[in-house]
Amino acid sequence: MSAFKEALLDPVFNNNPVALQILGICSALAVTSNLNTTIVMCIALTTVVAFSNLFIAMVRNYLPNSIRIIAQMIIIASLVILVDQVLKAFAFEISKQLSVFVGLIITNCIVMGRAEAFAMKNPPLPSFLDGIGNGLGYSVVLLTVGTVRELFGAGSLFGVEVLPVAANGGWYVPNGLMLLPPSAFFLIGFFIWALRTWKKNQVEEREFKLAPQMSNTHQEAS
Amino acid sequence: MEHYVGLLIRAVFIENMALAFFLGMCTFLAVSKKVSTAIGLGIAVVAVETITVPANYMIYQYLLKEGALSWTGIDSLARLDLSFLGFLSYIGVIAAIVQILEMFLDKFVPALYNALGVFLPLITVNCAILGASLFMVNREYNFTESVVYGAGAGLGFALAIAALAGIREKLKYSDIPHGLEGLGITFITVGLMSLGFMSFGGITL
Repeated sequence: MSAFKEALLDPVFNNNPVALQILGICSALAVTSNLNTTIVMCIALTTVVAFSNLFIAMVRNYLPNSIRIIAQMIIIASLVILVDQVLKAFAFEISKQLSVFVGLIITNCIVMGRAEAFAMKNPPLPSFLDGIGNGLGYSVVLLTVGTVRELFGAGSLFGVEVLPVAANGGWYVPNGLMLLPPSAFFLIGFFIWALRTWKKNQVEEREFKLAPQMSNTHQEAS
Repeated sequence: MEHYVGLLIRAVFIENMALAFFLGMCTFLAVSKKVSTAIGLGIAVVAVETITVPANYMIYQYLLKEGALSWTGIDSLARLDLSFLGFLSYIGVIAAIVQILEMFLDKFVPALYNALGVFLPLITVNCAILGASLFMVNREYNFTESVVYGAGAGLGFALAIAALAGIREKLKYSDIPHGLEGLGITFITVGLMSLGFMSFGGITL
């Protein structure tokens, strides 16, 4: 039981796909300017990762090694087509806003990365949970970024005004930078900083050590 | 002619794949530690992008689009709309072209093949490549436009990754707060670069 729990919860903070494994950043940045698209993207991605992990784990023992990438691609692309068609049918406006980014789930490295690293070696059920866990880890980062961007960039959450905007007679002057692409980079950078300050073991090793300053060493010696 | 030059400049600077649309970010961040490898990858992306975007244009125009199969002359085929198969066929085309390119380079230009190494197959799963094809379909470019757009998108990506690699080489020696080292500071650097590239946004072509 604890192994299942670990497969589900480990990727959320300890082994976060965006912040630690550097996977799936493309879409993490582009769809976060408002929360509606963010949450749809999170659900879409979690569904695709979970089911692609499940199906790939099911067929893993019958896949010849040389064609496994193509087989994985086909499974993933079919799932993405399904998600895309469902979105077009039930949430047409949002699917238009997401434009090409639903299709880009195919090349989202989280999906391929988890298929290669986990689903090819583990039975279906843990793989499914691992997929959901990684989807959640991705969602945590996206929702944080999306919340900050929409709240400070437009003064609203899910399109509902939270901070009264100056243009409508309130006091809050929206920070336009938050809606522009660069802010997403800064926010994810800070998110990683916060996460690594909390979980020290994720800090990358320095390639170079700074030499201690001469005056200090001298004082210590004396 | 002017129209195509405008399209090229727009694809390289204003709608830069990496810095304005965040496509190909995984490779962008993972392969930008050294300038030489970054430039190698950039060249590979330009080559693949210039071939795949027009190729996918052909696929879309003559196989998938509604009424695209009318050249067969069969009435039931002419009414078919296969555009939902788009993702599957684009990624297939990209994978196939990358494979062919790899074999071609191995045989005829071994120096370049060795320089590109593992990056060439990795390009298959680079979102910038698939993204360019999807944008091409979305914006309904014609054949020449798709060639120009493909080359421009590739060049923009190459430019961005070479520039980032240059900055990161310098950054290695600087004293950065502990938790921000590595990935964190890279994100902030890319954010600043993206801010710089936004200054092209005001240009109307």
